[in-house]
Amino acid sequence: MAHSNINLTLKIWRQAAGSSTGNFEEFKVSVSPHASILEMLDELNNSLEKEGKIPVAFESDCREGICGTCGLVVNGHPHGPQPKTATCQLHMRVFNDGDTIYIEPFKAKAFKVIKDLIVDRSGFDKIQQAGGYVSFNTGSAPDANAIPISKDIASLALDAAECIGCGACVAACKNSSAMLFVGAKVSQFALLPQGQPERYERVSNMVAAMDEAGFGSCTNTYACEAECPKGISVSNIARMNRDFLKASIKM
Amino acid sequence: MGWLSDRLNSSIGKKIIMATTGLLLILFLIIHLANNLLLFLGPEIFNENVARLEAIKPLVRVIELVLLLIFVFHIYNALKLYFENKKAKPDKYAINANSENSTFYSRFMTISGIIILIFLVLHLATFWREFNFGIHPSGESHPFYAIIQNAFANPIISIFYLAAMIILGFHLNHAFQSAFQTFGWRHKKYTPLVEKLGTLIALIMTIGFGSIPVFFYLASLGGN
Repeated sequence: MAHSNINLTLKIWRQAAGSSTGNFEEFKVSVSPHASILEMLDELNNSLEKEGKIPVAFESDCREGICGTCGLVVNGHPHGPQPKTATCQLHMRVFNDGDTIYIEPFKAKAFKVIKDLIVDRSGFDKIQQAGGYVSFNTGSAPDANAIPISKDIASLALDAAECIGCGACVAACKNSSAMLFVGAKVSQFALLPQGQPERYERVSNMVAAMDEAGFGSCTNTYACEAECPKGISVSNIARMNRDFLKASIKM
Repeated sequence: MGWLSDRLNSSIGKKIIMATTGLLLILFLIIHLANNLLLFLGPEIFNENVARLEAIKPLVRVIELVLLLIFVFHIYNALKLYFENKKAKPDKYAINANSENSTFYSRFMTISGIIILIFLVLHLATFWREFNFGIHPSGESHPFYAIIQNAFANPIISIFYLAAMIILGFHLNHAFQSAFQTFGWRHKKYTPLVEKLGTLIALIMTIGFGSIPVFFYLASLGGN
């Protein structure tokens, strides 16, 4: 497959540690349009290491768009300008020869920069620990179809469960609100019979943990839904709001 | 009652306060507009209607007090949320892509709200004060219609009022559907309808209220 490399100017956020001030560093690269943005950074880091310079720190794991580890803000868009695409699935063919690309870390008070493009997303872990689970007795696996669930409801629950917890919703939100993430995590259980026993306790505890971690409030701009690599719907936020209201009355 | 203040102080609780007070304020705007549109039926009918409200002043005062509380809750919460949200997002991106992922109206809420607040203060200090505490020659009926007629003959006042009503429309266009989302009333069947209804309410308010200064200014040009 014949292809010619494209030449790009990268402006990458460099920050030695959370406490230090960061700034953009410029790099000129020639990259295959078939490379992902992370592969481009790998190549850049190889050359930086050869020159004895400090490579650019960024996170990635599966590189298949399902683990939620990677997450860069590319030209102002978390996970880049292509809709429903995680950073690792963003290929350089979406850019043109001669483009300048700004690569920044997710920005939020709750997501402190650890180094360069790596941020601390442990706030999400705390929210999950507060209720993002169902309590079950261990034992042999239950019969698959013992609990009847309609196809529509199962689909909605699975749509919510698609959330990979990457934090793009927080990064996209002008208020750094985590409500799309929490809405999805609340919804995936609230919709299913298995989630009912802890339904209202769960939403209360997860919202409390979200507030505790320093995320902002939702002002319904829906930027989160537009930038979410999994296209999680803001109807999950509505469901969380509804359950939170019900929990306030019930509990 | 500790549970109630805990709940209302949470991130979702503050949204619920904004939505509840906001919807009540829209209800107030509808009543206010209905009364104002009587201006187009001439001075007699308008003045008679204001006189009818004068006759039940104690009740009006109680309603005004409730309205004041609703406004205070709405504005206080909005400012609190604004500062908290600013703290949650201290740094901006080098490239701002917000125009590609959200509507202008949704991002403009704080600024449109502040402009409406400035308008509200001036509106109360002029028309409301004049209607309630204006001193008029005794024995003469209050010239409510004439007060409005005279004020809007001034192009600066008319333009300011019209501009404020356009901003109010921007605010309401986002606000109405946003309140429904906050209460969790979202459904793929009805939400598009709610969004259209919100835009319709915004248009009715802007055109309804905005037509008054335009009408009186143009009438003043005609020369009586």
